[in-house]
Amino acid sequence: MKKFREIIGKKKTKTEQPEQSNRGMMQLTYLAVFAFAALIFYEGWFLAVRREDVINNSYNARLDSFAERVVRGKILSSDGTVLAETLVDEEGNETRNYPYGSLFSGVVGYSTMGKTGLEDLAHFYLLTSHINLIEQAFRQLSGQKNPGDSVVTTLDLELQKAASDALGDRRGAVIAMEPDTGKVLVMVSKPGFDPNHLAQEWDSLTSPDNTSAQLLNRATQGLYPPGSIFKTVTALEYVRENPGTWQDFRFDCDGVYEDGEYSIRCYHGNAHGSQTLAEAYANSCNGAFASLGKTLDLGRLRATARELLFDQELPLSIAYSPSTYEMEPGADLWEILQTSIGQGRTQTTPMHAALITAAIANGGTLMNPYFIDHVENVGGDSIRKFMPVSGGNLMSAEEASFLAELMRQVVETGTGSALRTDAYTAAGKTGSAEFETGRETHAWFTGFAPAEDPKLAVTVLVEEGGSGGAAAAPIARNIFDIYFAR
Amino acid sequence: MLKMFLDGARYLMLFFMGMYTYLNFRYFGVDEEEQADICGRQVRYMFVLHLLAYTVLLVHTQDGAVALFYGAQVVFFVCYIFLSRLFYRYVSRILLNNMCMLLCVGFIMLTRLDFEKAVRQFVIVVMAAAVTWIIPLIIDKVLLLERIPWIYGIAGVVLLAAVCLAGNTSFGAQLSLTIHGISLQPSEFVKILFVFFVATMFNRSVSRRQVALTTVMAALHVLILVLSRDLGSALIFFVTYLAMLYVATSDWKLCGVGLLSGCGAAVLAYRLFAHVRQRVFAWRNPWADIDDTGYQITQSLFAIGTGSWFLGLYEGMPKKIPVVEKDFIFAAVSEEMGALFALCLILICLGCFLQFVMIAGQMLVMFYKLIAFGLGVMYLVQVFLTVGGVTKFIPSTGVTLPLVSYGGSSLFSTFILFQVIQGLYIVIRQEEAADLAEMESHPAGEKSSRKDR
Repeated sequence: MKKFREIIGKKKTKTEQPEQSNRGMMQLTYLAVFAFAALIFYEGWFLAVRREDVINNSYNARLDSFAERVVRGKILSSDGTVLAETLVDEEGNETRNYPYGSLFSGVVGYSTMGKTGLEDLAHFYLLTSHINLIEQAFRQLSGQKNPGDSVVTTLDLELQKAASDALGDRRGAVIAMEPDTGKVLVMVSKPGFDPNHLAQEWDSLTSPDNTSAQLLNRATQGLYPPGSIFKTVTALEYVRENPGTWQDFRFDCDGVYEDGEYSIRCYHGNAHGSQTLAEAYANSCNGAFASLGKTLDLGRLRATARELLFDQELPLSIAYSPSTYEMEPGADLWEILQTSIGQGRTQTTPMHAALITAAIANGGTLMNPYFIDHVENVGGDSIRKFMPVSGGNLMSAEEASFLAELMRQVVETGTGSALRTDAYTAAGKTGSAEFETGRETHAWFTGFAPAEDPKLAVTVLVEEGGSGGAAAAPIARNIFDIYFAR
Repeated sequence: MLKMFLDGARYLMLFFMGMYTYLNFRYFGVDEEEQADICGRQVRYMFVLHLLAYTVLLVHTQDGAVALFYGAQVVFFVCYIFLSRLFYRYVSRILLNNMCMLLCVGFIMLTRLDFEKAVRQFVIVVMAAAVTWIIPLIIDKVLLLERIPWIYGIAGVVLLAAVCLAGNTSFGAQLSLTIHGISLQPSEFVKILFVFFVATMFNRSVSRRQVALTTVMAALHVLILVLSRDLGSALIFFVTYLAMLYVATSDWKLCGVGLLSGCGAAVLAYRLFAHVRQRVFAWRNPWADIDDTGYQITQSLFAIGTGSWFLGLYEGMPKKIPVVEKDFIFAAVSEEMGALFALCLILICLGCFLQFVMIAGQMLVMFYKLIAFGLGVMYLVQVFLTVGGVTKFIPSTGVTLPLVSYGGSSLFSTFILFQVIQGLYIVIRQEEAADLAEMESHPAGEKSSRKDR
């Protein structure tokens, strides 16, 4: 560069102009060199820092070619138990083995007929090997594949089993997560499938005659009417619109609420008598919520629903269905009455219900749910650790503690009696969502414990299970009992 | 055994590429004798790299035609280097080497991607080399060159307007004209006309009137290109004009105004044209529309990322990237020859530019100085746009990597560009030699002044 400057600088000429123009050229050349330095630095940064996040994408077909050099790694539960591993026989044939069969089928997914669940999410890590370079070079030269890294998940084997057993043969989903970190400990979806025999069963699983939808992860992809668990949204909006006066709310319930030609019945036509807002929430009084729903500003109700992630993307890294909230300002009375109690056209997933519940338990702040605790090489050395990430506030801290108190009343005096125990104080909301006339309702429970310092949030959905308090709440009770007995 | 060879070949190729690139910069720091030595080593490294790459290609394709093709290339490179030096005694050997190296990388990558296109590219290269052979000879003999600014200017505008109105559309931009079945991209040639136009105008005078007149013509070029949706070329013309204006007038205020109005025009274009917005969106968050507008850039990032620092030929999937052999060839090079190799490629391009500037600095006549510098800037901006676009450093503008990308017009115009600068370099060297000869014949006399051209 020095010589370069000399050559350009030393040319003496008759006129001033060329020398001046050479100076201009020199300045522009520095600028150009600087721009290229930035470009090169950028590409280096991209490769050194951003690379893994970018190429770990299901659109990147190149990742599959990694399998030519690496044996797919293991997926482990939080205590290190194998949930998925690749077995290699003497001839080098590889089979993906899932020791727990259908127990984790929804969340762990599969990698043979396309990829879903954690098999998809962790695809890149599983096909990347971090054994030491000398061993890698040695294996490469001797034609051996390298062992892929293992992914240690946040999934809790014992709780997963308990949730699955409690759900039994019924269809539905169970989710348990830590509200203060976002770690997902349980994700059950039933009916599941046996990923060990996926190829053989593929045709029958995907046949149009199959109505069981085993391949659907109901926890994140199953859309259901929220039923009474939506009263949390209605209650929040009512308090927001009536800050000083909501305490004065009273409703006299005789089992059926009539408004013109329409009537809204409470579950099994129970007459709740005179109800405050908290009592109406605890007893899940449909009449009370339909009547207060009529008073709400529909534009603001929709805005509140959106703040709670209806019609929004969820901060979730595996496949899911977004919840929908359809009611526009100007909706007719019937739709307002229905939507206020969680019927109507609103649809949600168990995962979304779990996120709202976790945010309420965590003072209004949503922690993004995650499934991978860390990645380690075959030697057990940690390669990459994942930390909790805040997904922002869904509501204010006061609103969260207000709703938490309402939910505590549900367990103490209302429909959540299945969780009443001396061992811990639980809080939650039940729901019994109608979806088709003449069929049993879907049973919901979503809640957390301990109420004073929440450690675990649980959401249960039992398809056609009947009442939330009777069918869903006991499953949550099972999980809490085991978790707090530790 | 075979695998060991392939792994070895990949690292050796990177080694020779690295050495070649190093010498490219070492060249600036040594005297003439060593410079000759450096150029000789560069040629040897290039041929080793070429041989290694084609052995790998042959192993993978098992196709005799590839071996024949390799032979034809070797003959071409040997002839081109040898004949250039024989005919033009004072040719810049390092520029010649760099041209060959860039062509060589292009041939390797194209053979990997699409053998048929590689062969077609080779035929065009041979033709371009033959046709542009004459340029250094005539560059300082034809005095007419600096007398016809308006012919350059008007021809350029007419050609661009013709493409804009009657051109074939490819990827949303009107780029080419088809005449008798041959598709041409006139903007590639107008680039050179444009530099000649600006150089002749500013060579005559840099009075306000002259600058204003030139600016209007330059703006017209850029405007037509924007209307043809050829944003990459529009940007290249704009930056080149500003750089030439600054060198000619040394008036940074004027150039500042030019830069600001350019930014203003860019904002206006962003507001007015959907295709401009689309490019910017695809740059800011290509992941949001990965199926459609973000597809090309994300595939490119996958290629570069998965290829990492060093992969090997045939170990990636560069064909997943749309238009990979043209605008996105850098991604293919980065994926299959490794990012380190690709970075060396960028440095070689930068090295070419530094050579151009050095030659421009040695020119005494403003006309030649502006031509050398203007062509250099044009070349470098194009490299920057394509590499930056492919790596998502800047929005993708769809321009080719000169001499590496597939495409006849781009090749031809780059050959012209390099040969014009070779011509200027030869002029300097001849004068120096003449001065030296004169000094030796009058050892006592004072150093005679240079001929004013």
